[in-house]
Amino acid sequence: MAERDILLDSTLDSVEIAEDAVLHDAQEIGFREEELHQIGMAVRETMVNAVVHGNRYNARKKVHLSVLKAPDRLTVVIADEGEGFDMNSLPNPLAEENLLRQSGRGLLLIQAFVDEFQVRRAQPGGTEVRMVKYLAKAS
Amino acid sequence: MSVKLTTRQVGDVTVIDATGRITLGEGASTFRDAIRDLATKGDKKLLVNLSDVSYIDSSGIGEMVSGFTTVTNHGGQLKLLGLSKRVKDLLQITKLYTVFEVFEDEAAAVRSFA
Repeated sequence: MAERDILLDSTLDSVEIAEDAVLHDAQEIGFREEELHQIGMAVRETMVNAVVHGNRYNARKKVHLSVLKAPDRLTVVIADEGEGFDMNSLPNPLAEENLLRQSGRGLLLIQAFVDEFQVRRAQPGGTEVRMVKYLAKAS
Repeated sequence: MSVKLTTRQVGDVTVIDATGRITLGEGASTFRDAIRDLATKGDKKLLVNLSDVSYIDSSGIGEMVSGFTTVTNHGGQLKLLGLSKRVKDLLQITKLYTVFEVFEDEAAAVRSFA
């Protein structure tokens, strides 16, 4: 198991840095192109949530990125220092009345692109998202 | 690379050829501004060609939905052309295939506005 830990500023540049770093690790494990796209997108959406909605671009707040590599899986943990949110309070983006809303699809996409997805309250504050993507077995 | 947009007329249909990435930041705002400008100046038949778009995130999808609403509110139509498998997957996941009319063939798309 190998781990990468990065502390990132609350800027959109950090979204690119995180995506590049995670994709580098995912490539080393052996994920293929389509899976890499899915992992990159899940990281991008989570980072955007952390920077924009969690830390609200606050220069004093950081985003914590951890990547854990195993032979059969990649685990990514992204935590912000924001006020947190209740997933159950978010509108369902697939409900007919919400289809034309401009925002609110990020979590839906993340969950579609990773195999495991957990959100919890971070300590001492903020939101921590943990995602796992398994390497597909060669047929 | 952000998104680059060029427009051309095919009959009375305005085709917007998009190239690059439509993601949070410059890409999404460029797309939003372009659609709003066209709708405001009275273009009512807009066909967005996404054949050369390599990446769209949830912000980009949001701007496409917003553009659709803006054009519809101005009495026009916004349709999509040339979606990659990845963009099609995004529309499936988000159920937006029920909102957008999508075409593979430009001539067929242009005819559909008539």
